[in-house]
Amino acid sequence: MNDMSNDSYVTDDGRTIGPTVMEMKNITLRFGGVKAITDISFDIREGEIRAIIGPNGAGKSSMLNVISGFYVPQEGEVWYKGAKRPPMRPYQVAQQGIARTFQNIALFEGMSVLDNVMTGRLRQMNSGLFAQAIWKGKAEKEEVENRAFVEKIIDFLEIQSIRKTPVGRLPYGLKKRVELARALAAEPSILLLDEPMAGMNVEEKEDMSRFILDMNDEFGTTIALIEHDMGVVMDLSDRVVVMDYGKKIGDGTPDDVRNNQAVIDAYLGVAHD
Amino acid sequence: MPESLLYGTEVVLNGLMAGVLYALVALGFVLIYKASGIFNYAQGVMALFAALTLVGIMEGQIPFAHLINAALGTEIHHFGWHVPALLAILLTMAIMVLLAWAVQKFVFRHLVNQEPIILFMATIGLAYFLEGFGDLMWGSDIKKLDVGLPQGGSFWIEENTQWLGMGNENFYGFFLDRLDLVATVIAAILVVALVLFSQYTKQGRAMRAVADDHQAALSVGISLNFIWVMVWSVAGFVALVAGIMWGAKSGVQFSLSLIALKALPVLMLGGFTSIPGAIVGGLIIGVGEKLFEFTIGPLVGGATENWFAYVLALIFLVFRPQGLFGEKIIERV
Repeated sequence: MNDMSNDSYVTDDGRTIGPTVMEMKNITLRFGGVKAITDISFDIREGEIRAIIGPNGAGKSSMLNVISGFYVPQEGEVWYKGAKRPPMRPYQVAQQGIARTFQNIALFEGMSVLDNVMTGRLRQMNSGLFAQAIWKGKAEKEEVENRAFVEKIIDFLEIQSIRKTPVGRLPYGLKKRVELARALAAEPSILLLDEPMAGMNVEEKEDMSRFILDMNDEFGTTIALIEHDMGVVMDLSDRVVVMDYGKKIGDGTPDDVRNNQAVIDAYLGVAHD
Repeated sequence: MPESLLYGTEVVLNGLMAGVLYALVALGFVLIYKASGIFNYAQGVMALFAALTLVGIMEGQIPFAHLINAALGTEIHHFGWHVPALLAILLTMAIMVLLAWAVQKFVFRHLVNQEPIILFMATIGLAYFLEGFGDLMWGSDIKKLDVGLPQGGSFWIEENTQWLGMGNENFYGFFLDRLDLVATVIAAILVVALVLFSQYTKQGRAMRAVADDHQAALSVGISLNFIWVMVWSVAGFVALVAGIMWGAKSGVQFSLSLIALKALPVLMLGGFTSIPGAIVGGLIIGVGEKLFEFTIGPLVGGATENWFAYVLALIFLVFRPQGLFGEKIIERV
C-alpha cells in the first residue's frame, strides 16, 4: 500500500488518503557539534495519521520543531503543498495552516477556555480594527461565524462544561484537550501533536486516541504525531516513521515497522558480543 | 454639614482627580509590562517627548533648529504657521507609533530572551536618549501647552454646591479645577476604550495571548514583533494623553518626565500586571496623600505629599508584595 506513487487510495476502514501535502528532504539539524537529526526524509499525505516514534532522545521533538518552524535545519528542504518552503518564523508557518500542540502544554493560562480556542481562529479573522470598533458588517459576521465554529470544536472535544473557566485552573488532562481544541480551531492543513498522551492514565489515553481518530475521520484532518508508547501508535496510525539517535531506521505501515529488525533492536536493545 | 466634613470631601474629590492622572501614567507601565515583561523606565520621558512634540508641531517649530543653525550658520526657528490642536495631536500620535516601531526594531528585537534586568537597563538608556533627543529636536526651554482645555476653577460647581454649607458663611462651595475634571473624563474614556480593545478585538486578543505565553502565541500564528510594536504604540498614546494633561497643568519641561516616579508607588499598590489595579492604585495614592496632608500634615510640618506615596508603597511591599490586584506568585514544589 505504501508505494512511491502519489495517487489517492482508500484505507481498509474506508478513509481516503490523498497525495503528499508535506515532504521533508534530507533534513539535518545540528546544535553546535551535536547532531539532533541526520539526513532524514519522509512525507506526509493528505488525510492520513502519520506517527513519528522512537526512544527518548531520538530527535522526534526536534523533527516536529523543524516542521513547525521553531528550529531551522542546517541542511535539507521542506516541501509544503508542492512548493519548497523558504526559511520561516514559527508564526508564519502557523499562518500557512500548520497547527501544533506542545509536549509541555503552551496555553494562555490567564484566559478562559473559550478565549484560548478563539485565538486558534486568528488566521480566519481579516476585518480591520476600525470595522471591529464599530462592530458592523464584515466584523460582526466574522465573529459570529468564528464563534459558531469554535463552539462546534468545543462540543466535539466535550469541554462545554469548562468553556468559561480560566485555563490555569484546569487539571492536566483537560489542558491537553483545550490545547488540542485550539489547534483544531485553526482548521489546519496539518495538525502536529507532540506527545498527546504523555503523562496520561489509561482512561485518558483512550479518550485522546478516540478524539484523534474522530478528528481525522470527521474533519479529514491530516495529523502528524509523536509518541513513544508503541501500543497506542500502532493502533492509531496509517504510517509510522521510526527514529533512533537522530536517524531514520524504519518507515512504513505499523505492521511493516513491527517486523523491522532495526526497530526491534532499538526498542528492546541488542546484545553486543 | 460640619465645616471639617465639607473640607474633607473637597480634599477627597481633588485627591481622586489627582489620582486619575497618576493612574494614567501607571497605565502606560502596565501595558508594556504585561505584554513583554519589560519595566519601561522611559514611560515618563515618553510623556515628556510626546508633549514636546505636540507643542513643537502646534507652534510650527522647525525640528533640530538649533542643530541646523549651529551647523549652517542660519537663523531659522519657526515655519511660521500654527497647526490646529486636533491635527497636531494626530501627527504626534503618528510620531509615537514611529517611535514604537524604532524602539522595537533597533533595541528590543535584539534583546529577546534576555534577563529582565538587561531589558530594564535598556529602557534606562532609552529614557536618557529620548530626553536628549527631545531637547535636540525641540529645544530645552519651558513651553506652554494650550490645546484648548479649560483652565481654572469651575464656578458652576462652586455656585451649585454652596447650599451644602447650610448657611455657613465660610463655605463658598467646592473648588474643583476644570482641567482636572476634563482629565478625569478623558482618562475614564481611555480606560474603557483600552478594556474594550483588549477584550473584543482580534488584535486585543492577540495582545493578551502574547502577554500570557510567547511560545503558544507563535504556534497560533501571532507575530510577536507586530504585537510589541502595537503595545509600544498604545503605551505611546497613553503617554501622549498623560503628557497633554500634565503639560497643560504645569507646562512642558523636564520635570514632566519625573511623574514616572510617582507612578511607581501606584504600581506597587495596584500590581504591575493589572489595568484595574493601576486605576485603583492611582486613586488610593491620590486621595491618600491629599487626605494625609489635610489631617496629619499640619502636625508634622506639612509637605507630606512628597513622601506619603512611597511610604505607603513600602508598607505594601512588606505585607502584600504582589499589590492589590497583581498575580500572586506561587511556587509549586
